[in-house]
Amino acid sequence: MSELNLKLRIWRQKDSNSPGGLVDYTLNGVSTHSSFLEMLDQLNRQLIDAGEEGIEFDSDCREGICGMCGLVINGVAHGPVNTTTCQLHMREFVDGETLTIEPWRAGPFPVLKDLVVDRGSFDRIIAAGGYVSVATGAAPDANAIPVPKDKASEAMDSAACIGCGACVAACPNASASLFTGAKIAHLAALPQGEPERGRRAANMVNKMDEEGFGNCSNHGECEAVCPKEIPISVIAKMKREWLRSIFTST
Amino acid sequence: MTVLDSAVPGGDISGMWDRHRFDMKLVNPANKRRFELIVVGTGLAGASAAATCAELGYKVKSFCLQDSPRRAHSIAAQGGINAATNYANDGDSVHRLFYDTVKGGDYRSREANVHRLAEVSVNIIDQAAAQGVPFAREYGGSLTTRSFGGAQVSRTFYARGQTGQQLLLGAYSALMRQVGAGSVDLYPRREMLDLVLVNGQARGIIVRNLVTGEIERHAADAVLLCTGGYGRIFYLSTNAVNCNVTAAWRAHKRGAFFANPCYTQIHPTCIPVSGEHQSKLTLMSESLRNDGRVWVPKKQGDTRKPNDIPEGERDYYLERRYPAFGNLVPRDVASRAAKKACDEGNGVGATGLAVYLDFRDAIKRLGKAGVAEKYGNLFDMYARITAENPYETPMRIYPASHYAMGGLWVDYNLMTTIPGLFALGEANFSDHGANRLGASALMQGLADGYFVAPYTVGNYLWGTDLGGKVTTDHDAFAEAENAAKEKTAKLLAIKGKRSALDFHRQLGKVVWNKSGMARNEAGLKEAIEEIPKIREEFWENVSVPGSGDTLNQGLVEASRLADFLELGELLARDALNRDESCGAHFREEHVTEDGEAKRDDANFSYAAAWEWHDESKPQTLHKEPLEFKYVKQTQRSYK
Repeated sequence: MSELNLKLRIWRQKDSNSPGGLVDYTLNGVSTHSSFLEMLDQLNRQLIDAGEEGIEFDSDCREGICGMCGLVINGVAHGPVNTTTCQLHMREFVDGETLTIEPWRAGPFPVLKDLVVDRGSFDRIIAAGGYVSVATGAAPDANAIPVPKDKASEAMDSAACIGCGACVAACPNASASLFTGAKIAHLAALPQGEPERGRRAANMVNKMDEEGFGNCSNHGECEAVCPKEIPISVIAKMKREWLRSIFTST
Repeated sequence: MTVLDSAVPGGDISGMWDRHRFDMKLVNPANKRRFELIVVGTGLAGASAAATCAELGYKVKSFCLQDSPRRAHSIAAQGGINAATNYANDGDSVHRLFYDTVKGGDYRSREANVHRLAEVSVNIIDQAAAQGVPFAREYGGSLTTRSFGGAQVSRTFYARGQTGQQLLLGAYSALMRQVGAGSVDLYPRREMLDLVLVNGQARGIIVRNLVTGEIERHAADAVLLCTGGYGRIFYLSTNAVNCNVTAAWRAHKRGAFFANPCYTQIHPTCIPVSGEHQSKLTLMSESLRNDGRVWVPKKQGDTRKPNDIPEGERDYYLERRYPAFGNLVPRDVASRAAKKACDEGNGVGATGLAVYLDFRDAIKRLGKAGVAEKYGNLFDMYARITAENPYETPMRIYPASHYAMGGLWVDYNLMTTIPGLFALGEANFSDHGANRLGASALMQGLADGYFVAPYTVGNYLWGTDLGGKVTTDHDAFAEAENAAKEKTAKLLAIKGKRSALDFHRQLGKVVWNKSGMARNEAGLKEAIEEIPKIREEFWENVSVPGSGDTLNQGLVEASRLADFLELGELLARDALNRDESCGAHFREEHVTEDGEAKRDDANFSYAAAWEWHDESKPQTLHKEPLEFKYVKQTQRSYK
């Protein structure tokens, strides 16, 4: 195991209404086995032991599945490896390196403090239609509706989205199309919820626009940073489902 | 002494839940609108309960500490969910799932609750499939299953290695549908700091808005705690870093009994500890034991690379000791066996605290692609964390804290000893006894939330004199709010020298070493001495910079740790009181000739429920005797 000495430039911002800026820190003796967030824990412990306020950042499961963490590291959402920030390890960096750490930047993700943003807009997109309307108890036997193996697998590929928001942070338009498309593609692949397929696509797309996310113009940055490898084809699927909703009356 | 009434209905266990549902009072739809419910937590139990209660017509307020309800830690469950569908046609039934769960829990759970769990398990799969959960399928389009520890049938449904995520997103989508419909109000980034009682009934909560620091009051007619378990008492665990015991513990201090805190599950297959920097440990799903073989070198201190060790010099100790179940023995048995192998000097890796989980034979049998299809995401995760390729070299694994079987004591209706306060999912103690079987946590969370609490809460609301509406102007809210504010102010005022994280790590080491996988009288007594000392130093020397009116993770951690420091002592007391071994609770003084947990049914067939008094004296013990009428108590054997 080796250790790194790092120069860190970290975005500090008091709250949504205050301006922020990059602040320089030095952190020595970082184990290459540490995760990126454990490196920040180490910095925070150093700050708190010295009576200074720690840097606020979001994280929870720290195993790449909850979608809570997310930082822009040297200009790239989730950093240099295709994974979540919590699963990025310090062995990817070299001794003496300078790391610039910023929050997700997008109008619909206002910064709350330091590196923490508000992603409530994602929840509101789901509330607009990202579900199958089936009340508890109203379900038929699980094997009553067969689902072809490849369709289940296709649905799973899209359902793997963790809602971290890296796609939005990476997109020059701050578009939420990959996130919204993933949910629409997941449900459109399955027979369950078929009757509300059109409504779902129309309502979710409208909500996405209403929240202030930009449109997709095929840059592909979202796909490049997605830690769950959601393909950009879900956006085509979303557009197709949206168009379909105009020509069908559900 | 409070008499613990489990409220188990009479009559035969099969059909009991049906009869009970018939006997319960119904609330007509117009009346349901008059009742308000608070649901704390949005994991499988919380999201499913909030969604279902809202569908029924209740007004629901849903609270979670993450920025979105979709992030609750149920999301990290990997392997699967059990259900007694018998789709595999291999002899499964409600009775067999019931039997396996009671036996797996080493005869320390309540039979009636477990039977109900097995009954409703089938409905859960139906519900999730209807929500669009992309379970694994056969080519014909029907659902497929796999095997898990402690069972000889294939009853575990799964969605790749992300079953918890998919089930949670299903429950979350149901919840968000109700949010969209205006029947659930969502309160993310809130931490519950206290429970408010009026006339002895739970009527509200005090929460801290984690963004603004504001202390908020919320009133309701009943409160449902779905706040998960306390596995992070060990500091290093597979739990998310925000998992904590605070909501349950503050309810405990308001009068809810805390049951069986010493039943903590140590999961056998986690990536081993690599250094002091670590904030958490990562689980490698139990499903891997379907195809992976666990072994250590026969020679002590063997430093050869694993692939250089010939077959004859490997000890596949689980297959050797437990030929019937092999690598699929329950978690407590597998964890202790790994500890034994390492204690005897056969452990591997830099620390010697690891064993191999080897896929060489599975790759020969299924091909690399076949293994990747089943476990690809887990192999990738392992490679990212350890920088080793598990397709080429065996995984190194070691046990780690994973789940809490203990929790708030609840009756058959999932109500705690405080009227109107319910506890669901991992937050309660009821279904897993002294050891939980794999793929049963998802089952229990969703059973409680979708199919149990929505009925029993209605029965409580309609059958109880609530004395009218309570508003947040009530004195009880003012008192609880002030107490919460004082506690926050106190933490900020200490201005000591050590971070909460540092204290947490210190506590974790004591709990792991003295109340971990193996316990003995002397060690537990030491823990009972040492933990109050850590607690004392914490309240004099913790450093919490910043203020209380903003996001302040240091403050949040300190506030949670204060509760863990109290629970740690109770956990050790409970373990000391339980002078037997059972399931995950392994007292070194009580071992069978084969080295297995030796129960003392004559003296310890009870749930230990602890009552809080005040800081000046320890909790007192109440017992709920456990009767086993349908599953005979025998020495658990997986040979």
